[in-house]
Amino acid sequence: MKVLVAVKRVIDYNVKVRVKPDNTGVDLANVKMAMNPFCEIAVEEAVRLKEKGVASEIVVVSIGPKACQEQIRTALALGADRGIHIETDEEVQSLEAAKLLKSVVEKEEPKLVILGKQSIDSDNNQTGQMLAALTGMGQGTFASEVVVEGDKVNVTREVDGGLMTVALNLPAVVTTDLRLNEPRYASLPNIMKAKKKPLDSMSPADLGVELAPRLSTLKVEAPAARQAGVKVADVAELVDKLKNEAKVI
Amino acid sequence: MSILVIAEHDNSELKQATLNVVAAARAIGGDIDVLVAGENCGAVGQAAAKADGVSKVMVADNAVYGHFLGENLGELVAEVGKSYSHILAAAGTVGKDFMPRVAALLDVAQVSDIMRVESEDTFVRPIYAGNAIATVKSTDSIKVITVRPTAFDPVAGEGGSATVEALDVVKDAGLSQFVNEELAKSDRPDLASAGIVVSGGRGMQNGENFKMLEQVADLIGAAVGASRAAVDAGFVPNDMQVGQTGKIVAPQLYIAVGISGAIQHLAGMSDSKVIVAINKDEEAPIFQVADYGLVADLFEAIPELQRAL
Repeated sequence: MKVLVAVKRVIDYNVKVRVKPDNTGVDLANVKMAMNPFCEIAVEEAVRLKEKGVASEIVVVSIGPKACQEQIRTALALGADRGIHIETDEEVQSLEAAKLLKSVVEKEEPKLVILGKQSIDSDNNQTGQMLAALTGMGQGTFASEVVVEGDKVNVTREVDGGLMTVALNLPAVVTTDLRLNEPRYASLPNIMKAKKKPLDSMSPADLGVELAPRLSTLKVEAPAARQAGVKVADVAELVDKLKNEAKVI
Repeated sequence: MSILVIAEHDNSELKQATLNVVAAARAIGGDIDVLVAGENCGAVGQAAAKADGVSKVMVADNAVYGHFLGENLGELVAEVGKSYSHILAAAGTVGKDFMPRVAALLDVAQVSDIMRVESEDTFVRPIYAGNAIATVKSTDSIKVITVRPTAFDPVAGEGGSATVEALDVVKDAGLSQFVNEELAKSDRPDLASAGIVVSGGRGMQNGENFKMLEQVADLIGAAVGASRAAVDAGFVPNDMQVGQTGKIVAPQLYIAVGISGAIQHLAGMSDSKVIVAINKDEEAPIFQVADYGLVADLFEAIPELQRAL
C-alpha cells in the first residue's frame, strides 16, 4: 500500500529562539533549521512499514519555501521513494495545510497518511486531525504503536491517563508521538542516492487551494522572565525556606 | 455571544479542567452552555450544572461517545456548535484530538492552548515550546479554541443551577472502534491539577529509585512527574511526562530532582509558582529558573528531605 508522509521544516529543536525586537515574530534569520522531530518519527514509521512489506511506496510531501526541499531530500535519504514540494513563500496555517494535503491525498490515494502530532514551532497539534476530517478518514492521534492488519490499522495512542488502542478503517490518518520509534540517521550513500529520487514541485494554485489565513498574529513577545532564585546550602535550609518564606508546604 | 464548552470527564466524574475552561469562557463573556458527551454520564451532567456561570447543560448519552473517539465527537460538536460564537474545550488529549476535527468540519481555524483572553476574538498562546508568546486574532465567525487549564483559575464547582437537557443526537462516523485501554492507576493527585509536583529525571537512574520521590510526594500530598529522559529510559510510564510533548503543569510548588532542565521540559513547568531544583550539576539549566536550588547528590538529599518533612 502507498503511504503518504507530511514533513515540516522548522527551527532546530535545540535552538533557543529569540523574539524580534519589533515583536512581529521570532528571528529565523541565520538560524539552524531542521525537520520537525515528530515528522522524522513519521518518516521512520513509514520506512519501517516498507521494510515489513506492508508499505509499497512512500511519498513525502512538504509545504513551504524552496528551502523545504532540503527536508524532503532528508526524508528521501531515510528511505522515502519520492517527494512532492508545494512551494509557497506565504505563511501556511494548519487549516490551509490540511486543505493542501487533502488535494495531494485525492491525487495520490494513499492507504495511510502519517504526520507528526505537532510542529515544535507553532505547537498547534491540528493538521492531522483537520486532514482526517476533510478527507473523511479516521484518525489515530498521538500514536505510540501502529499495526496494519488487513483493511484496518490498530493504533495505540498516548492519552492523559495512559494508553488507548483504537482500530481504524483504512485509509486513515495517523499522527506520531515521540515514543513511536527512534528515527535512524541517513548514511552518506543514501544521501547521495536521494539526490536522484524524483521530487515534484507545485504551487497551491496547481492544487486548487487558495491560501486564506484566518488567524492574524498581532504580536509575539518573550515570556515573562522568572526572577533569579537563590541557592540553598542544605536540605534543612531548603525546607525552612519552603515553609517560612515561600509558604508552599 | 454564546459559548459552548465541551466537558472533560471520565463518564462518572467531571474533571476539574472543565471548570478552568468555563473560567476562560467567562473571560470571553456571554451565555455559557456545556455539552457533556459520553456513555452513562448522567452524573457528569448534574455536576456540570452546578458549575458557576453555566446556563444550560446538554447531555449526549450514547455508547458511540463512550470512549471519546475524535471522529464521533467531532461530528457531534460540529453539529451542536454551529449555532454558537465560540466552542471551547480543555487542551488535554481528548480536546486536542477532536477539536481540530470540529474546526475543519466548520471550515474555521482553531486557536490552540490559549493562556489568556484579550477580547472575544483575540487570544494569547505560547509558541516555540513557550519561548515566545503570541497574541492572535481570529476572523472566523465561529471561534474553535482549546484552553490551557492551568492558565485559568477554575470557577466554583458548586452553587450554579443550570438546566439539564438530554440531547438526542447520535453521530457515529463509523471510522474507528475502541479496542482497549491501559490506564495507570494512582492514589496520588492528578498531575495536571496537583498543588505540588515532585518530578524525577535521568538522574534517578532507575524506576526503583522513583519510590523515593513517591514517599516524599505522599508526605506533602504531591503528584509525581517525570522528564522525557526518565520516561524514555523506561523508569516510569509516559503519562507522567511533563513538558512540551507531555503534560503542562503549573502547581504552587514544583520540585525537579535530577532534571537538567531542557527547553522541552521547561515548556511544561515554568509557570509553576515556586520551583525547586535538586541537582548535583551546578551548571544545569534548571537552576536558571529555580527559585530555590540545591546542588547536591539526590541520593543523599531526597532521604534527608523525607526525614525533614
